[in-house]
Amino acid sequence: MSRTWAIVERELRRFRRSPILIVISMVFPLVQLVILGYAMGGNVKHLKVAVVDQDGGLPAVRVRELAGAVAGGANTFETILYTDQGSALTDLRNGRINGVLTIPPEFSRRVLQKNEPHVALIEDNTDNFVSATLVGQMGSLVTAFNLPSAAPRVSGLARLDVVEVYPYVPYVQYLLPGSIVMSIFMMVMIGGGIIFIDDKARGLHEGYLVTPISKLELVAGFNISGTIKAVMAGISIMIIGSLIAGIPSPLDPMRLLRLTVVIVVTAFALISLMFLIMVRVNDPLMPRAIFGVLNTLLYFPSGAVYPPQGFPGWMQVIAVLDPFTYAVHAFKSLLLKNTGFAAIGGDLMYLLVFSAIAMTAATRLFKRTL
Amino acid sequence: MTPAIDVRNIVKTYGKFTAVKGLSFDVEEGEIFGLLGPNGAGKSTLIRMMVTLLPPTSGTAVINGFDIVKQADGVRRSIGVIPQAMTTDLELSVEENLLIFAKLYGVPREKRQRLIPELLEFVELTQWKDAQVKNLSGGMRRRVEIARGLVHEPRIFFLDEPTTGLDPVSRVNVWEMLQRIKSERQLTILLTTHYMDEADKLCDRIAIVDHGELKALDTPTKLKLAVPSNNVLEVNFASPPSGWGDRLQALPGVESVTSEDSVFRISSRNGPATTMAMLDAAAAAGITVNALAVQSTTLDDVFVHYTGRALRDALQDASPQDSAFMMRR
Repeated sequence: MSRTWAIVERELRRFRRSPILIVISMVFPLVQLVILGYAMGGNVKHLKVAVVDQDGGLPAVRVRELAGAVAGGANTFETILYTDQGSALTDLRNGRINGVLTIPPEFSRRVLQKNEPHVALIEDNTDNFVSATLVGQMGSLVTAFNLPSAAPRVSGLARLDVVEVYPYVPYVQYLLPGSIVMSIFMMVMIGGGIIFIDDKARGLHEGYLVTPISKLELVAGFNISGTIKAVMAGISIMIIGSLIAGIPSPLDPMRLLRLTVVIVVTAFALISLMFLIMVRVNDPLMPRAIFGVLNTLLYFPSGAVYPPQGFPGWMQVIAVLDPFTYAVHAFKSLLLKNTGFAAIGGDLMYLLVFSAIAMTAATRLFKRTL
Repeated sequence: MTPAIDVRNIVKTYGKFTAVKGLSFDVEEGEIFGLLGPNGAGKSTLIRMMVTLLPPTSGTAVINGFDIVKQADGVRRSIGVIPQAMTTDLELSVEENLLIFAKLYGVPREKRQRLIPELLEFVELTQWKDAQVKNLSGGMRRRVEIARGLVHEPRIFFLDEPTTGLDPVSRVNVWEMLQRIKSERQLTILLTTHYMDEADKLCDRIAIVDHGELKALDTPTKLKLAVPSNNVLEVNFASPPSGWGDRLQALPGVESVTSEDSVFRISSRNGPATTMAMLDAAAAAGITVNALAVQSTTLDDVFVHYTGRALRDALQDASPQDSAFMMRR
């Protein structure tokens, strides 16, 4: 075992001499956390909606007033009055406005006659987020229009009461678990995979292989040192990221302890995966070439940026196998819900079984000779 | 006495290509033994089999009494290896490199603390012990590797092209170091080289290897003696008479004579006899010899004799099979 520690010692001494490695593995996940977190997390605001009133009656005026109230209050959209439907549609196609709310002729008469009155929303549906927001807002506007001006004291209509179990989670916090996993992965790839293959190509491994070190000691040395480096990256991002994202009481010691356990298990699972992929590779270009592909393949299906329930079937299969999925789930439980181990037992179990299988396979494939 | 290295009919094939074709030889304890041959001759494959980096396809070798296949760990404990590539850790200091390898070899702490300063002194790197290896010159890095290879006090030292890529001063420096290691530490040294002068100056015995076969094995002197003498005399005469060239041509052992003004180049099968006869003839004719140079057989001539081609040509045109093999290395 002392030979294993000689390898670990060597790797960590080298690591200490190249602080740039730590910086590289942390910068990308942090930049992504901040930029994606604030780019995608906010509510859509200041959309431009044309209002074309072809009716002019009292109910139509009420629709316009309700639209104006939304514009003045939530600022989700601003209304622009158009007299001509044609020019509103032209502006819509040219991207000057995001939607056209048309109050057709006869609207007021149909309202009074209770004869299926309609208003129309013609929208630019090339942007899903924008169009979903507009449809939601206009739906509430129509509901508000339908409410009687003097409501009965006891309503017969069913209402939905929403109870939120946890404090509000901004998107940047939702992204943080994925960023921690990514920083672990970055370190596994750069500090583990790339250095491993570069050392092999430079002939450094020959130096090891002529010593009396056993195959198991050698494999253990590579993987323990890789895990230690990845854990350092993961813990750093966990703390810095929690502060940036504003996780409540980020330095709670019990939670830090639980998070550290998940970071260690995740780091070992990812090192095992990397080692399995790289164990027979000799070309230094290889880890660099598959780095991006692997990152996309593991990060996005994991539920780090979007819930897996929205994936097509084949991608859900990837999500089920992907160790990121379980790591992200465990970090979400701990960071966003502050749960105990009970909530993440399954995640830890999967990651440990995954590590055991990958590491066994990699060790079998590892050659003690050139 | 059992030989330090006993190679028995060792073969290594890669698919259809045979890199080493059944070589056998012994290396005695305390010898500096050279494997001489061009790139792709199979030297590195041979040394890699001996140091347990590659399993042989058939045959075996016994190193310090241990079989390279069945007792690989015994072999590894007995040997120090300097691979062809510079494999020291550039980011670590000189001393750290030695320390890590001492630990990899399981050298106990007290022994490490005694040996490492001693080795640093030996390779003249004591004042550089805290410098990162990346800041050292190529020659110094080689010396770090030599010290690293000795950190567990091996019995046999393997060096794969130890001076390739070094400047002439560093090369001589490495030679001197290896000679001192041999004499002070009673080490057996096996090295590969494609430098004739290196093999000539350094080695007690030389094996000439080409295309995976052993072409010749002996001391440098005997190898040179075995080649039919092929000396060139370059003589500058003071005012040679006309027809002097024909007179020289008739001397014993002379194969051909060419001249340019008063300088004559005489090719001879027997340098000493021709030289004596030429001096007698000149004295008899009253012609003064202004300058005389005799070039004797070199290992280059030996290489040509045994392989049918010059080493420098062989270095340049490695066959396609050789290149395929070299890429594998």
